[in-house]
Amino acid sequence: MADPMHQFQIATLIPFHVGGVDLSFTNSSLWMLIGTVLSIVGLTIASERKAMIPGRLQVGAEGLYNFIDNLITENIGAGAKQYFPLVFTLFVMVLVGNFLGMIPYSFTYTSHLAVTAGLALMVFFTVLIIGIARHGTHFFSLFVPPGVPMWLLWLVVLIEIVSFISRPITLSVRLFANMVAGHVLMKVIAGFAIMFASVGGFAWLGTLLPVAFNVVMIGFEFFIAFIQAYVFAVLTCIYLKDTMEIEH
Amino acid sequence: METEAVRLLAGAIALLPLAGIGLGLGKIFAAYNEAIGRNPGAAPLLDKKFMFTFAVTEALGIFALLIAFYLVFAK
Repeated sequence: MADPMHQFQIATLIPFHVGGVDLSFTNSSLWMLIGTVLSIVGLTIASERKAMIPGRLQVGAEGLYNFIDNLITENIGAGAKQYFPLVFTLFVMVLVGNFLGMIPYSFTYTSHLAVTAGLALMVFFTVLIIGIARHGTHFFSLFVPPGVPMWLLWLVVLIEIVSFISRPITLSVRLFANMVAGHVLMKVIAGFAIMFASVGGFAWLGTLLPVAFNVVMIGFEFFIAFIQAYVFAVLTCIYLKDTMEIEH
Repeated sequence: METEAVRLLAGAIALLPLAGIGLGLGKIFAAYNEAIGRNPGAAPLLDKKFMFTFAVTEALGIFALLIAFYLVFAK
């Protein structure tokens, strides 16, 4: 049986080294490029003809726009339009990556911690830099919730600081772990079918069970692919909310 | 062979957190269904909240599964 982790291996396509740093064009970069080109070209074509009666593509693009617009209004507030490009780009990037990974023999670039941690750290530092630039040292009152008794304050502040610092970790690991576990699970279950088939005799009937389960799993994985992109966008919005108004 | 057995056992132990996550997910589903039953009109709002909490809790189960997979498959 082939190793279920094999699908996540990075293969160098065009070697490229700069001063001892490996900047090679890999299969991960290739699929990221495909995802970027796909989303840019798709959204450009969709918004090219601004028809009064929109076609299918235009409805899809407008739906996506409205979806993120509502997300930001609900989670940050009405006056947070300046964050729309960031949240929209992150959502489309993660969504396209998750869905491209569902194509057999493709590569899921969101299944690598390097990619998701890069996105999560970008969100983290955006919050930190905008927050400090806008509120100055007052930004750190985020760690001091109101109405906490004095003797407990040190512990609460400690917990708040730890939870703030662990944000990029949980944000990136959630996405990467979901993608890896889902894909490995499908491969492991497909491996059961091969095991049944190699027994011989009437044991091949047993292959129907894992294959049927895998069909259900693929549907579930599409759901997870969307939900994880959604969660990534929602959490980004919740984190960005800290840069808006500080009420205490 | 000894290390192989320990590795598989460790993989199984890594799945123990699923007990707590199962309880948590059960609580989320129960609360969601009860809320929908009491106030069907709030369904659109509850759906979003439910999806979010479900995905965040479910991710914890995936963490455990991932560690188990790494213990069993990663060489």
